[in-house]
Amino acid sequence: MYAQMVDTGQSRLPEPAELSADERAFQARIDADVKIEPRDDMPEAYRRTLIRQIQQHAHSEVVGMLPEGNWITRAPSLQRKATLMAKVQDEAGHGLYLYCAAETLGTSRDRMIDDLHAGRVRYSSIFNYPTLTWADIGTIGWLVDGAAIMNQIPLCRCSFGPYARAMIRVCKEESFHQRQGFDILMTLCRGTAEQKAMAQDALDRWWWPSLMMFGPPDAESVHSAQSARWKIKLLSNDELRQRYVDQTVPQAEYLGLAIPDPKLAWNGERGHYDFGEIDWREFHEVLKGNGPCNHDRIATRIKAWEDGAWVREAAVAHAAKRAARELEAA
Amino acid sequence: MSAGTEWPLWEVFIRSQHGLAHRHVGSLHAPDAAMAIRNARDVYTRRNEGVSIWVARSADLHASSPDERDALFDPAQDKVYRHPTFFPMPDEVKHL
Amino acid sequence: MTGTGLPPASADALLFDYLLRLADSDIVLAQRLGEWVGKGPVLEEDIAQTNVGLDLLGQGRLWLAYAGEVEARYATRGRDENELAYFRDGSEYRNLLLVEQPNGSYADTLVRQFLYDAWHLRMLDALARSRDERIAAIAAKASKEVRYHVERSSGWVVRLGDGTDESHVRMQRALDALWMYTGELFAADASDDALVAAGIAADVTALREPWRQAVGDVLAEATLAMPSDGWMQGVHGRGGRQGVHSEHLGQLLAVMQSLPRAMPDARW
Repeated sequence: MYAQMVDTGQSRLPEPAELSADERAFQARIDADVKIEPRDDMPEAYRRTLIRQIQQHAHSEVVGMLPEGNWITRAPSLQRKATLMAKVQDEAGHGLYLYCAAETLGTSRDRMIDDLHAGRVRYSSIFNYPTLTWADIGTIGWLVDGAAIMNQIPLCRCSFGPYARAMIRVCKEESFHQRQGFDILMTLCRGTAEQKAMAQDALDRWWWPSLMMFGPPDAESVHSAQSARWKIKLLSNDELRQRYVDQTVPQAEYLGLAIPDPKLAWNGERGHYDFGEIDWREFHEVLKGNGPCNHDRIATRIKAWEDGAWVREAAVAHAAKRAARELEAA
Repeated sequence: MSAGTEWPLWEVFIRSQHGLAHRHVGSLHAPDAAMAIRNARDVYTRRNEGVSIWVARSADLHASSPDERDALFDPAQDKVYRHPTFFPMPDEVKHL
Repeated sequence: MTGTGLPPASADALLFDYLLRLADSDIVLAQRLGEWVGKGPVLEEDIAQTNVGLDLLGQGRLWLAYAGEVEARYATRGRDENELAYFRDGSEYRNLLLVEQPNGSYADTLVRQFLYDAWHLRMLDALARSRDERIAAIAAKASKEVRYHVERSSGWVVRLGDGTDESHVRMQRALDALWMYTGELFAADASDDALVAAGIAADVTALREPWRQAVGDVLAEATLAMPSDGWMQGVHGRGGRQGVHSEHLGQLLAVMQSLPRAMPDARW
């Protein structure tokens, strides 16, 4: 997902008896669905895990602006251009809300950005794939935003107040993103043969990476279990992935597009779609930095940040000058 | 990372309609108050969410401490006579 | 259209061309701002600048829609906004040279924006008094948005002009480089004159002094020197508004128009 494989700093899940009195009291509050607020007592591991998770999520929003931004200048109609600009702008806003939520835990945005640029904190694997045609923009809205919404709706109920509130805001704004993506694809699929082929090609390239977004099966992951206990991960990766496949297949059928998985089939017994094996080797390579666009994405972010340094510095310098002048005049 | 040039954090309060109180909606970074208001307009009112904006530096907000929660708020719990439902009224008496 | 003393068909053709002049500057500048999305100096600024781009794109579309309607009055048919935006060549574009200049650094982008905003607001306020009701209505709506643009870009010019030594130098350099495109903002040609006489177009020559005053005030606060008026690009009837552009517009349009032109039968 936008925050994949978040490290909780735990090597195994502690037994209840091993917890300190404070930790037990904290867990009791979580179990009672009490929201944790920034100034409340919290275990250090909870705080650090949340900083990691929220900033991964924030970085994903910000890096995620780039593949779509790649088509703003080439959007094929003025309406599509306006919609895409507004959508990518929303993503900047989502990154901003999330950075602010993480900041309540005692980190700073600059420090988080530094972590991103130095490769110490990841962003979602999905944004390391290229947007090659206009159909990719529709497909990102449909598949990637669809997967994101699926993950973010449960997070509106997560245990940390600022994160939950940011998610509520994000979900409210996000609802148009998936629709605009599907709308692009509907238009392409009803269009010329060339347009329809463009849509199919995009689905062929994005399908598997979108399934990887949910992360590897977490049945045996200590981190997932700990995060679930803390209620900062509400559903398992496989659960979400299954829901996503079940929801998406009929949408693809409506578009008349073929999902590139020969093993995809309805399983009446389970009441779910069965689907093929995900190539987790590819996923881990992309996370390690070997995806088609990892280098470009980070290089673009670093350049933007460095090019903007003089602007940020000057604004602070001006504010200081002005404050000094006002003090003098008073 | 250039230390010391990070823009300060501001808390943003928006009045969504005339007659309602300003409500905390989130935070943002800005070098000064004027820009904080402008940024708040662009970040938090893109979908007609507001008719008025307040901003305050996060550092200037003073908050009650979670440790004092019981001392501050528990005493109000047993003062039920502050609520009108504490005083049952006969059905035939109107406008009370 | 009446009042130009021309036969109706030629008068409408004149009006059509005038509307393109208004539309194209907005569309081209919005396209430039679209290049910045995701690459601004700070997230808050990315969001703010995109809002300006979206305003301009919206305004450009209103002008294009009206242009298409006017075209339908004298031509076999009127083109829609996308035909006009995507299927005209550079020489048919009527935008100001200023707005097609490349983004450069944030200083170049902000100075370009500031010079345009200060002109744009006065232009729209004048057009809000046009005898053409559609023009007046579009201008009145757009002027509200542009008032905010002026405030934002002026604020930035002051902050960066009077910020650090580096920012001051960058801003002054940008100002000096872009100044030669400001003459065109106030250069009227014969078609402007005809439409001004009919009470339809804005008299740009009358905007020059108020613009200089407003720009001068901001530059003074920003501790920036207003460049002297040397040789100006695009005046004497051979500028962007007549379809004679810099090399930059061709590149911009090649990107912007690539997809619809590659698949001209497609709908998007």
